[in-house]
Amino acid sequence: MRAQFPIFREPREKPLIYLDSAATSQKPDAVLDAMADYYRRYNANIHRGIYTIAEEATAAYEDARRRVARFVGAASPREIVFTRNSTEALNLVAHSWGRSRLEAGDAIVLTEMEHHSNLVPWQLLADERRIELRFIPVTRDGELALDALPALLADGRVKLVSVVHISNVLGTVNPVAEIARQAHAAGAVFVVDASQSVPHCPVDVRALGADFVAFTSHKMLGPTGIGALWARREWLEAMPPFLGGGEMIREVKLTGSKWNDVPWKFEAGTMPIAEAVGLGAAVDYLEALGMDAVFAHDRELAAYAMARLADVPDLHLLGPPAERRGGVVAFTLADIHPHDVATVLDGDGVAVRAGHHCAMPLHESLGIPASARASFHCYSLPEDVDALVAGLHKARKVFAR
Amino acid sequence: MSGWDELYRENILDHYKHPRNQGTLEHPDVSFEDANPLCGDRLRMDFQIRDGRIIAVRFSGQGCSISQASASMLSEKLEGMTLDDAKKISREDVLEMLGIELGPVRLKCALLALKTLKGGVYGLHQWPGEEGEEKP
Repeated sequence: MRAQFPIFREPREKPLIYLDSAATSQKPDAVLDAMADYYRRYNANIHRGIYTIAEEATAAYEDARRRVARFVGAASPREIVFTRNSTEALNLVAHSWGRSRLEAGDAIVLTEMEHHSNLVPWQLLADERRIELRFIPVTRDGELALDALPALLADGRVKLVSVVHISNVLGTVNPVAEIARQAHAAGAVFVVDASQSVPHCPVDVRALGADFVAFTSHKMLGPTGIGALWARREWLEAMPPFLGGGEMIREVKLTGSKWNDVPWKFEAGTMPIAEAVGLGAAVDYLEALGMDAVFAHDRELAAYAMARLADVPDLHLLGPPAERRGGVVAFTLADIHPHDVATVLDGDGVAVRAGHHCAMPLHESLGIPASARASFHCYSLPEDVDALVAGLHKARKVFAR
Repeated sequence: MSGWDELYRENILDHYKHPRNQGTLEHPDVSFEDANPLCGDRLRMDFQIRDGRIIAVRFSGQGCSISQASASMLSEKLEGMTLDDAKKISREDVLEMLGIELGPVRLKCALLALKTLKGGVYGLHQWPGEEGEEKP
């Protein structure tokens, strides 16, 4: 399979050992070819031209939406809004749903393990509307302390609960269906940041019990520049637009405008067409692999990595046991700064992430400034983990004090 | 030669493993703390100043080998220096002192000590060298 990913075929001094798929995944030929094919054969703006290639481009763009909708179990393609990424999808919810529904004195429940993308948009809204933010704590094992949730919801002021499905640092798979049940029972809408789950495991948005689900293409073998928000149709119909401009309108007069139908109401301006086509190809590629198989592969590698890493002296693993996590393994090595660890690994061609992984509050609650992280996707191999372990032994020697 | 063995030269590892002037001063005349939000590095520098001259420096905080070695080397250089001379230390001086080639991310690690120094003695709040960068 690796042969289908050109980045691994690229001649280089040392072979690339890519262990940063949680940051962004590599792309198969099928995705790059589909995008090039659009630019070479039928590059035209969508929903505007009457000529042949514009029709072809529109059909390809809307076909990508259909494939994404089917991939996540949406009731209709019209429940899929294309955005720039997960961050923009979450900002869309905060802006359009939040600003039209929330007022001073309301509360929002998040968790301590959120990526900044599912924290900062709510902080902005909270500041503007004097809304209270509440947080489900994280246990020492890196799991949500769910027994704290009923008390957070008890006073009836919580209007929205937003939770990450799989943690980008700890790999923890959160019990979102149970949180959805409690959120709904308390009268709150439920948002899921699925940035690390839609690319790695089977996700059925209706089974999650969510009202909104955000995810991004570049972590699921697709290009950067496009992501998606799934939302229940009735919410999209009721919400005001996010960005104003071309395409999102039905009728424009100088004094006011009428909005387009959903989802186009939320897609202002020329959208990333080639990227949508690439995302459609990525979905095809993942469906051919089977998401059950992709997730099983991720989890096997995570379990293997945890077992091998446990043998490295002074290495401290973060997060829950292998059976409760996805393909993400974060750790610290003695008192060596993760940047130094990553630099030594890089010398052997091993690419890992080092830092706070856009989750500073989580690192603070874990009592560490930063961590190193290895993460996998379908093209990752046990040999990659072996190279990581060898590099970590080397790092220990270099920095032994 | 490329990679970490080039970056982690003997002098860098020596200062990282045996930092000079690490700690805090009980009664500093100037104390300043700064951070590199990209990597979570934090650095505090304490200074004792007599007649416009730095007579004692201590640094504390957490960071990678590059930022720690940079702070250690800079602290050695600063002891006994006049404030006027300390203000003149440039980003090039620090990079020359370290003697290594750095990419854009690690450059911030290397310059955190200088940024903290300038914040302390000069009230500057930007990355050293940034003032002249990327003007349209």
